[in-house]
Amino acid sequence: MKNKIAVQVDDLTVAYNYKPVLWDIDLEIPEGVLMAIVGPNGAGKSTLIKSILGILKPIAGSVAIYGKPYDKQRSLVAYVPQKGSVDWDFPTTALDVVMMGTYGSLGWIKRPGQKEKKAALEALEKVGMLSFKNRQISQLSGGQQQRIFLARALVQNASIYFMDEPFQGVDATTEIAIINILKELRKAGKTVIVVHHDLQTVPEYFDWVTFLNVKKIATGPVKDIFNDDNLTKTYGINYKVVVSD
Amino acid sequence: MLGSFAVLRKQSLLGDAISHAALPGIAIAFLITGAKDTNTLLLGALISGLVGTFWIQGIISKTHLKSDTALGLILSLFFGFGMLLLTYIQKQPNANQAGLDKYLFGQAATLVESDVWLMSIVTGICLLVLLLFWKEFKILLFDADYTKTLGFNTKFIDILITTFIVLAIVLGLQTVGVVLMSAMLLAPAAAARQWTNSLSMMVFLAAIFGAFSGVFGTAISASQNNLSTGPVIVIVAGIFVLISFVFSPGRGLLFKQIRFIKNRRDLKLHKTLAFMYHIAKTHEDISHPHTIKILNNFQGYTKGTLQKLVDKRYVKLESGNWSLTNEGYKTAANLYNQQSENNE
Ligand SMILES: Nc1ncnc2c1ncn2[C@@H]1O[C@H](COP(=O)(O)OP(=O)(O)OP(=O)(O)O)[C@@H](O)[C@H]1O
Ligand SMILES: [Mg+2]
Repeated sequence: MKNKIAVQVDDLTVAYNYKPVLWDIDLEIPEGVLMAIVGPNGAGKSTLIKSILGILKPIAGSVAIYGKPYDKQRSLVAYVPQKGSVDWDFPTTALDVVMMGTYGSLGWIKRPGQKEKKAALEALEKVGMLSFKNRQISQLSGGQQQRIFLARALVQNASIYFMDEPFQGVDATTEIAIINILKELRKAGKTVIVVHHDLQTVPEYFDWVTFLNVKKIATGPVKDIFNDDNLTKTYGINYKVVVSD
Repeated sequence: MLGSFAVLRKQSLLGDAISHAALPGIAIAFLITGAKDTNTLLLGALISGLVGTFWIQGIISKTHLKSDTALGLILSLFFGFGMLLLTYIQKQPNANQAGLDKYLFGQAATLVESDVWLMSIVTGICLLVLLLFWKEFKILLFDADYTKTLGFNTKFIDILITTFIVLAIVLGLQTVGVVLMSAMLLAPAAAARQWTNSLSMMVFLAAIFGAFSGVFGTAISASQNNLSTGPVIVIVAGIFVLISFVFSPGRGLLFKQIRFIKNRRDLKLHKTLAFMYHIAKTHEDISHPHTIKILNNFQGYTKGTLQKLVDKRYVKLESGNWSLTNEGYKTAANLYNQQSENNE
């Protein structure tokens, strides 16, 4: 069933200063997978996502979304940034932030209307944040802010979702709520790519995984490649995880 | 008004840098044309202000200098150069020069009708662009990376915002001058941020505060012979900021302190009441009298809190005994329910 390639990355090399932080990455992500990107801090996980999304300009390499350049396929892709990347003291409400997800399809100058508002409210409902819709974003807890970001991406109604550490600092209940939403997305045929730090939950949550540490270590189905060997290669220490069948 | 964006971008120093960067433009424009026609001079200011700003941004993105460093660098470079030119001009046997130093400290009194017209027109255009690109400005300020992924040309939006900030500064130069311009840009916005949590309200309030400071400042300096207008306007704006920081509900210092004290007092009261409730609950008759001495075992109890409870008619005192009233019992029971709800 999994043969269409949703995201294809070829020879991607990225540097901030002189030393590349991503080195010659080749990656094929099949349509309909729920994929984890794992690797130690500073491995370049966020950098990889930002380069795929054109936020950073790579020194070399190319990215294709369903066989075409990313520029032409933007509307198919949604992004959930790392929570710490924005100023949460910005004067705006939860609903307003979620509405931003509709700006892309609106284009320049046009204002969001009733249709966009309805979509935003539905997304808020889906992440269980409807009652906070008029809340100032600075007065939300970290987990609630994370849900707002997720809702903003859901509004985009994309085919491919990139999420940078959506589980960072959320409690067990929120984590389960988020993962259920991600699984629903997969069921609807979407491709979801998640930067993930909790190795214990990888086999339970995801069906596809990429090991990254400056270079790509391995990528493939969790059941085939999520093993001590790859973990050791990625994290550099002897790693043992209990993989429950 | 546009200062709101500078504040939200955490580029407060930018205003300073731009206004200083505008100075050599004024001097050069004077040297080239020899006239002190306002429009020509302001055009010079605009150009050098823009050049300065884009240099700053270039320095930040191309090198690894921190933005403060880049700002400081450009600021002192341009200002020094501008002063140099001004001194040079001053030494020339040219009667025209006298008007130039008004750009240093500003002189609203020298404004003529055409200046005011120019200001109004540019303000109008700013307003129009602001309304038109409201959505784009907002999202760029909140989350620039995300804006990029939605397919917006973030560079274009950025240049647009910057251009208008520069434009606003250059126009203000005549009124308050190079040295105080950034204060005028930022003060109304900083004051406005204290009063509201919505971006549109903040921009609106900033505009009002700014206009008010202008009008008030001019009026004050006109009534007193020797006060120059620019500094007075800035002081008025500064007073707005001070008032806002202390008195605004929500974010103001005063209200925060009051809220804190009130919370603490309420808590003491509630704790005492809850303690009484627990004792009273053990009796059939809720208003059964108990000796005050029991309360002494309870931490946080003071005579003051007891008196307050009496004032609120939650508690009755009789010859060294206290008893809960019906009302007090109900309130305490509610408190208790609220507590357990919150814990869920
Ligand atoms: N703006 C930047 N300028 C210079 N170097 C950077 C910048 N952002 C990241 N780096 C460097 O690039 C490398 C990869 O960073 P990246 O943020 O992609 O790591 P990550 O895998 O997402 O880490 P984490 O798990 O901590 O989020 C790190 O060595 C980091 O120091
Ligand atoms: Mg990261």
